Amino acid sequence: MQIKLFLNQFRQKILLSICLCLTGTSVLAADLSNYLRPGEIPQPDNNRMTTHRVELGKMLFFDPRLSGSNWISCGTCHNPGLGWSDGLPTAIGHGQKILHRATPTILNTAYQPLQLWDGRARSLEKQALGPIEDEGEMAQNIHKSNDRSRNLIDELKVFKGYRDAFEAAYPGEGISKKTIAKALSNFERTIVSSDAPFDRWIKGEKQAMSKSALRGFKLFEGKANCSKCHSNFNFTDNGFHNIGLEDATDSGRYAIRKVKILIGAFKTPTLRDIALTAPYMHNGAYSTLEEVIEHYNIGGISRENLSPNIKKLNLTKGEKANLVAFLKSLTGEATPFIYPILPVE
Amino acid sequence: MKQKYLINIMFISLTMIFTTAVAEEHVIDQRDKSFQLAGGKIEAITVKVGDTIRFKNEDPFFHNIFSLSDLKTFDLGSFPKGQSKTVTFDKAGLAEVECAIHPEMYMEVSVQ
Repeated sequence: MQIKLFLNQFRQKILLSICLCLTGTSVLAADLSNYLRPGEIPQPDNNRMTTHRVELGKMLFFDPRLSGSNWISCGTCHNPGLGWSDGLPTAIGHGQKILHRATPTILNTAYQPLQLWDGRARSLEKQALGPIEDEGEMAQNIHKSNDRSRNLIDELKVFKGYRDAFEAAYPGEGISKKTIAKALSNFERTIVSSDAPFDRWIKGEKQAMSKSALRGFKLFEGKANCSKCHSNFNFTDNGFHNIGLEDATDSGRYAIRKVKILIGAFKTPTLRDIALTAPYMHNGAYSTLEEVIEHYNIGGISRENLSPNIKKLNLTKGEKANLVAFLKSLTGEATPFIYPILPVE
Repeated sequence: MKQKYLINIMFISLTMIFTTAVAEEHVIDQRDKSFQLAGGKIEAITVKVGDTIRFKNEDPFFHNIFSLSDLKTFDLGSFPKGQSKTVTFDKAGLAEVECAIHPEMYMEVSVQ
């Protein structure tokens, strides 16, 4: 019994020492290993990543012919140059229609068990076709249409480049709803964050983060209460919270699960590459990180069905600046992205 | 008449005592965003009709346990670490129990 107690205490001291060594301060004692990148990108057994599948998915993702208008691709809204989002408060869909939710980044979406702001898709494969078929978004008939020009599967079959690419990626399975969804998902799983200053710091590079950002991290885990929801490597609990935004028209997760706490609740977004993905929140309410911090500082605007995690923070001006500095330390090195050449014959 | 009344009272009391004696309370912890029984993660539990499950939050954040199953519909509301709430399963069947905040927390309660 005494040996077990000793080992436990030893383990705790070692952990604390590592933390203190890493931080270079005496302010943090959390288990920082929670923030380390998982060993492998999560992927289902029936759609493991291969080069052919990723290449096919990449072509489909950036091909505007996937939309009914032949003008909007997945990459129109999920733009790699804009943090895999669109820089708009809320998305613009088919026929220039302004939609009511912001385009979420698809960065690190492989790590999220539920997809979309309300979590209605239980996998990337189940999500992939939703925006293509949605009348407000890409307005495409994938099949079962008499109008050949608006039947995606027939449109794709015209091109030898696609026929060959599907056969290489999914031999014998053909071009179908299922293989289109699997290829898109396969590519989306490759969109992962690069190492940010925070990652380098956690691995021991003491100068990777500024003192202001380190103070921000302490606030993030403590007084500001951020890590209650923005936790682990991807800085999300993959949960749903009503954070007190004024949005009377969108019931959020409640539309999927009729539980009171979910009225006005939306999925906790990742904070990875946060500096690149403004505007923020599910309705694009805030243009800057400073505005976001102020929202939480006052405990949200609307008190109706507010998450119990949201409370007034009474942050000083300096503390708010430190939090912003920390958030910016979560943005990784920019990596060049090469667009695919699309089949034309 | 009075004697019959007393017999009825005794019968009801004995029934209540008997039911209380056989009904069990099962404590299910919410820890690391999972349901746990005696320190181990579980995704299913079998209980008897009349048994109670005490859902106890051991995580440093709120949970909100609910079920929308036909067998038993309940919403325990959100509660913080250290607090617990109970649900009695009074009919046989299957109930799906989840956390509204953290949907990866899911378990089935088989009531026999």
